[in-house]
Amino acid sequence: MFQRGRHASVALAAMLFLAPVLASAVDDPSEMLPDPKQEARAEAIGSQLRCLVCQNESIEDSSAGLARDLRKVVREHVAKGENQQQVIAWMVSRYGDFIRLSPPVTVATLLLWGMPALALLAGIVGAVVIFRKKPQAAPLTDEERARLEELSRER
Amino acid sequence: MSADGPSLGRRRVMMALPLAGAGVVGAAFWGMLSGMQKGSFNPHDINAPSAGRPVPDFAVMDQTPGVGFSSHDLQAITAPVLINFFASWCIPCIAEMPQLLKLRDRLPIWGIAYKDKPDNAAGFLRHAGNPYARIGSDFEGRVAIDWGVSGVPESFLIAPDGKIVWHGAAGLNNDEVQNALDAALGQTKR
Repeated sequence: MFQRGRHASVALAAMLFLAPVLASAVDDPSEMLPDPKQEARAEAIGSQLRCLVCQNESIEDSSAGLARDLRKVVREHVAKGENQQQVIAWMVSRYGDFIRLSPPVTVATLLLWGMPALALLAGIVGAVVIFRKKPQAAPLTDEERARLEELSRER
Repeated sequence: MSADGPSLGRRRVMMALPLAGAGVVGAAFWGMLSGMQKGSFNPHDINAPSAGRPVPDFAVMDQTPGVGFSSHDLQAITAPVLINFFASWCIPCIAEMPQLLKLRDRLPIWGIAYKDKPDNAAGFLRHAGNPYARIGSDFEGRVAIDWGVSGVPESFLIAPDGKIVWHGAAGLNNDEVQNALDAALGQTKR
């Protein structure tokens, strides 16, 4: 029983690891562009666009109806020879910046984008402050020195 | 007493800093959560930037029992019109219907059936009531994308110059009509 449970958990873990690999593809191969280069470009663009129904998935990963429609739009634009910037601009003009999975750098998102650098800087400043002021051992008083000598002699 | 390691003052600072950090983060989360409860903050908001823009170029075919329309028809309106995307498979659309049936007496509503089989949409309007002055069908869902619709129901208030004045990305209820839609409607009349 225990043994079988372990097998099941191993299988489950394997499935969890494999699932993203299996899921990241269009539902229907007929959706894909015939030219593999263009299809790869479309996938790269689509994976940066948020599925507005499931919200934390890209339109390439989602099987929602709207995501399928948006995938189709992306492929039409790519087939017309548009570049990534043009396709994303088309999407943003309809759905706003929220459709981009990574927000653009604007005044409103400056703090968000700057946070890693700020955190690193704060850490460095903190470390410098702490390490520069090495705690200095207070000099022993005469009384303490005498006691120390006494103790060392006892050994 | 001589201290090993950092002095007492510095220890206090080292204790306080993470606590202060956690406090700031906690306050921010509390603000967001209470905003979500009061409805003033919604992380799922899409905020499609359609308000203030002219209606997109589009045309929708007739949907029984109504007549389809296009961007040209909306550019030619002389009084405000509410565009409402709906579908027979959409439960919030059923919930919204009494509101639309009340609203149609003072504001013409033009419906667009989103990704819906014409027969199903017609059946839905037979059963739930038909608040629409004109009805078009967007079976492919492509017109909805040009409007920035991410799900049904969604409504747009169109001013007589063919501009989108207001966009509601959810079903209409009493609050929404009284607070948001009526305010936008007032703007179109000024």
